[in-house]
Amino acid sequence: MSASFTPFVLTFDNKNNGDDMSNASEAPTPDDGLNLTDNENTGPVLAADGTPLKRSLGRALRRQKLRALMLIAPLLIFVLLTFIAPIADMLFRSVENQIVSETLPRTVVALDDWDSTTGELPSEAVYEAAYYDIFIAAERKLHTRLGSRLNYELTGASSLFRKSGRGLDDLGEVYQDQFEDLNEAWEDGETWALLMGSGDWQDKAYAWEKSSGDLAPKLELREGIEELLPKTAAAYSSFANFVRVDDGDNPATEDPWSPVYTAFWQDLTGGATVASYSGPEAELLMEAANAAGGFESTTFSEGFAGIDKDWASTPIWQTIKTYSPKYTSGYFLNSVDMQKTPDGPELRDANERIYGILFKRTMFMSMVITISCIMLGYPVAWILANLPARTANLLMILVLLPFWTSLLVRTSAWKVMLQQQGVINDVLVWLGLVGDGDRLVMINNQFGTIVAMTHILLPFMILPLYSVMQTIPPTYLRAAKSLGATNWTAFWRVYFPQSVPGIGAGSILVFILSIGYYITPEIVGGTTGTFISNRIAYHISSSLNWGLAAALGTILLAVVMILYWAYDKIVGIDNVKLG
Amino acid sequence: MKLTKTLLATSALTVAAGAAFAESHMASEMTLVSWGGAYQNSQQKAYSEPYMEMHPDVSIVWDESSNEAVAKLRAMNEAGNVTWDLVDVTAGDAIRLCDEGLAMEYDPEELLAAAPDGTSAEDDFGDLLVSDCFIPQIVYSTTFGYRTDMVPEGVEPPNDICDVFDLETYPGKRSLEKRPINTMEWALLCDGVAKDDIYDVLETDEGQDQALAKLDTIKDQVIWWSAGADTPQLLADGEIFMGSTYNGRLFSVIEEQDQPVAMMWDAQVYDLDGWIIPAGLPEERLARVKDFLKFATDTQRLADQAKYISYGPARASSAPLVGQHAELGIDMAPHMPTDPANSENTFLQNYSWWADYRDDIDAKFQAWLAQ
Repeated sequence: MSASFTPFVLTFDNKNNGDDMSNASEAPTPDDGLNLTDNENTGPVLAADGTPLKRSLGRALRRQKLRALMLIAPLLIFVLLTFIAPIADMLFRSVENQIVSETLPRTVVALDDWDSTTGELPSEAVYEAAYYDIFIAAERKLHTRLGSRLNYELTGASSLFRKSGRGLDDLGEVYQDQFEDLNEAWEDGETWALLMGSGDWQDKAYAWEKSSGDLAPKLELREGIEELLPKTAAAYSSFANFVRVDDGDNPATEDPWSPVYTAFWQDLTGGATVASYSGPEAELLMEAANAAGGFESTTFSEGFAGIDKDWASTPIWQTIKTYSPKYTSGYFLNSVDMQKTPDGPELRDANERIYGILFKRTMFMSMVITISCIMLGYPVAWILANLPARTANLLMILVLLPFWTSLLVRTSAWKVMLQQQGVINDVLVWLGLVGDGDRLVMINNQFGTIVAMTHILLPFMILPLYSVMQTIPPTYLRAAKSLGATNWTAFWRVYFPQSVPGIGAGSILVFILSIGYYITPEIVGGTTGTFISNRIAYHISSSLNWGLAAALGTILLAVVMILYWAYDKIVGIDNVKLG
Repeated sequence: MKLTKTLLATSALTVAAGAAFAESHMASEMTLVSWGGAYQNSQQKAYSEPYMEMHPDVSIVWDESSNEAVAKLRAMNEAGNVTWDLVDVTAGDAIRLCDEGLAMEYDPEELLAAAPDGTSAEDDFGDLLVSDCFIPQIVYSTTFGYRTDMVPEGVEPPNDICDVFDLETYPGKRSLEKRPINTMEWALLCDGVAKDDIYDVLETDEGQDQALAKLDTIKDQVIWWSAGADTPQLLADGEIFMGSTYNGRLFSVIEEQDQPVAMMWDAQVYDLDGWIIPAGLPEERLARVKDFLKFATDTQRLADQAKYISYGPARASSAPLVGQHAELGIDMAPHMPTDPANSENTFLQNYSWWADYRDDIDAKFQAWLAQ
């Protein structure tokens, strides 16, 4: 765009001309007349409206660019929104791991001090944190999600969390029942609201109506209660918050959940100076404080062990600690057959390694498919390019025909052709070339995948080859031959080098397409002909391990980019012609 | 984005307004997701067509996406725009969806109709309510079928699951599903592990190796399938001698297509298929779904479905009502996987166990396959 303005700049801009004129400044030049229009001969050229010409020009250019940008804006926004953003979002999942620290915030902090390599169990504080975390997660129905997430790393985590969601309720009910047996007042949400909440908040909460559509008023704790009963205050606050936001109810009238009682018991037996309290329900509180010491109790770690013995062993805690950071390299390690352990990354057992094999196989088979496409496509493109236009167009339809047939139909057709009771084997048996007992196995293996995919991707090789070959004048070959070249030399030294850009373009298309194929390998690949994309599809649609799928996809993308870069270095991307 | 939202909002308003006018706060359109093919057809005949006759203002749209339902539902949920009202999934997927918070938990007593004799829905479905989100419809089984014309002369036709592993007596190719579930259990069963110990053994590394070692003995004679239609096609083409697939598929090969194929039934593994309600449906859509579900899962409707496909109804009270095939006119009861003659030796897939071990064992299984 700016190029079209260059003459304008050269003619009128004083400074630009200055350099060219420096050695000839004495001699009169045709520019002098123009230069003289500037009064001082040194100041800036002004546009008609008095602003410096340079600025005015810059503004005009910017406007021009903006207009051009606006013209392509719909496309740009479309591509950004529908293509780049989802891909970026998907790739981001390969490192994202907020779920652990969001679901178990207290546990993650408590686990900070625990050394996971010693083999000792974490401290009581960790179990306590986990008790409150998992209870709240279970109320929000998030604990099973975390369980499935951790199950990717530790077998059994899924049912462990599902079980614990229910089990922890029983753990807290031990205290709840005892407090309620002591005095029925503890059953009522109102008692707790009176004890824990400020007077202001209670007034507002009791005035609130559910039908108003607003959330209930936010809990304000009674002054001093946080110092007196710190754990109870924290537990009651998260209870109130949950009732208010998640349930849309009024915390002042709801009966608290069991962890509030557990926290209450902890506070009372932990040396709370209840005697100093003089607010409402002081007598009730005093009574509870006196009785709490004699309550039947259990430690958190015992409670967890009672739910499942796995809580009383280190692996689950190691896994939680290893995956507590917000971002993890775990998915990437998994996708190169490694795993995160407390002692750092380690290679997986030999019988679990699969992605390395699949990556190598995908690369190798894509390469073979590309080469077979070149071998088959080159002569076809040659014939098409050298036939009269009318015949060539007719044959072109044959090349394009597969495009108009469903991919599944084409793949299934190969099944009919290649299977042991299929057309090819039947013909071979009929001809007597193969015995009926030992028919050839040509499908559900690498061979089947290569045949079917070569067939499907062939047009992507022929089309660029054809359009490049069309531009090679046939006279070159004739000239070479008239100068004494043999057929082979003329082809190899004169024709072939000119068709290389077509091969390059076709190879890039075929290779990149085949790397990402999964339907065809799934149908005809058996066990030895499947690609890495089949595993990606499995993790996206079946195991729901999107993080791992994203990591595998990222690696695949990186490999393709590196190959593309290498191709550019070796052959040069300018040499690629699509037409 | 804004435009889409406005559009959505207005269309939602229109739909809502229309529904409010037509019937008390129920949406008049429903999108049901199922598997397509003969199975979806049976649901349409037994559930949705009678329902639409009773409610002429309701339109039901079917989406054949059950295969990718888990992933699609998650994507919809993340985008905050769930367009499905009811999704047909297998029990294993239902548990996964429930764990992920993508399916709604429900109360069987409130949502499902009682049996005609007054038995509560909870008792009528019994053990089949395997998840808080799952509303069972049918019991199907994964079992073996074999070509009768490929049985060697002078040999009994295969009638034992371990005949699958016996290449000497029954030479020929087999087809097995390309995933560890069922396959590993059968391998252990035929390697001398008692039925009750299978999952205890499979929990250990040695047990998994043992199962894979047993499978190694037939590995080069196996074609691995991933779609339910693969085995019927392979059997019809004579590519394999015996293969596993869903019993309804075998029924159609045997009875509808009249191929020389027979059922084995031994050690068939029961699995369940049913509905889940996506989490977070708006009120009026949920009201319609609940209304439909109460009808579509009652005793008569479940029994009706068996007229069109050979899967057993999930309610105990439906079993006596199973009649004849709607087109072939044959008695359907002997073709049900739950028929006493067919269910002498059966498994019920252990869902909770597989929920834990699926990721781990699948990795090992796939690595074993790839080697």
